[in-house]
Amino acid sequence: MNMIDPVILFFLFGVVVGLLRTKLSLPRQIYDFVTILLLLSIGLKGGIELAKQPILSLLPQMLASITMGFCLPFIAYPVLRYLGRLSLPDAASIAAHYGSVSVGTFAVSMSYLTLRGIPFEEHMALFLVLLESPAIIAGILLARGVSKNVKWKEVTREALLDKGIILMFGGLFIGWIVGPAGIKPIEPLFFDMFKSILALFLFEMGIIVSAHLGSLKRHGLFLLGFGVLMPIFSSLIGILISGLLGLSIGGMTIFATLAASASYIAVPAAMRITIPEANPALSLTSSLGITFTFNVLIGIPIYYNFAKTFFVILGR
Amino acid sequence: MDFYKEKLLTIITESEIEEHLLQDIDRLGAKGYTISSAKGKGEKGVRNAVWNANSNVKIEIVCDNNICEKIIEFLKENYLKNYAMILFISDVNVLRPKKF
Repeated sequence: MNMIDPVILFFLFGVVVGLLRTKLSLPRQIYDFVTILLLLSIGLKGGIELAKQPILSLLPQMLASITMGFCLPFIAYPVLRYLGRLSLPDAASIAAHYGSVSVGTFAVSMSYLTLRGIPFEEHMALFLVLLESPAIIAGILLARGVSKNVKWKEVTREALLDKGIILMFGGLFIGWIVGPAGIKPIEPLFFDMFKSILALFLFEMGIIVSAHLGSLKRHGLFLLGFGVLMPIFSSLIGILISGLLGLSIGGMTIFATLAASASYIAVPAAMRITIPEANPALSLTSSLGITFTFNVLIGIPIYYNFAKTFFVILGR
Repeated sequence: MDFYKEKLLTIITESEIEEHLLQDIDRLGAKGYTISSAKGKGEKGVRNAVWNANSNVKIEIVCDNNICEKIIEFLKENYLKNYAMILFISDVNVLRPKKF
């Protein structure tokens, strides 16, 4: 069976289109629409699964996700600051990106598993939502300490009311309320077309990524190394946590992908406001140009193999 | 017809800070503004509006000299150093000065 996922080819196609400097790209409103559909679909999928089980039984997994998202930036920071010799604001901002998550990468990992018929816990979307914002708080703490100058109330509000979080949370809630039977009438757009939507999304992501590859030359080898090694390291933490929490191989793969992925929408927007001295070109080159590309093309199969190995070690 | 002199302050900057900037502008006494999406090229490179992180907005404010100076002072203090931002003022003639 041909295991090349068409959505990956759409991503590569987008990169090529971008590198050729054609003016081709999805119209802005269409891209926004595609993103909204993607976020709602992921939320709805997770919500239906939540309807099948008591939500309190997931509490340990939820707490573990939040803790992981908050702690990863504290591991990334010293590497960036002392090994990479980046300025304090840049190191803190990039660290925050790596504690948070990328919805696109999450969707690709689901697609990877589905294509191979590997089952996974469908409520993983819940962790995706929970992992979006703790890293933002961690990043600000790294940059500012517990300074009184930070408007914490405003920061928390913004971290929690990010567009992506609202849409996924809305989807989760609606899915949870109506359950699998109730969702049937809206399945064609949100579920049946999921892969087509993902393909369009990744095509545009490819174009955006290609724009950031150019700045790679300026920012050099350290970022390239960090952008590849940090996700691999984070994925191992993700595997460890999800394995101990008793997730399946598929679930561990997605959880590891979440740990490994870096934000390129919610965190950059938050950092631009809260740590203005940090250079956004640096963090986006790293999280989008390098890490997103690495995860989508190479990382996810690696994390799947990590998950299989750890599953055996755990003796299940 | 009688016209009155006011200032037109034009700010072109990153769309990611639009919301915060408008709160500040409101607070400093501007009675209104007009916002449009923009793209272009400057010191911080090409901002082609492919997605939010590299989109610009153009904010136009008609106001009296006093408010105009207050806003510019505030922008100098808080925004000009770290953000992709340019601003310029021009003299305009308006029909109804009370609006500004």
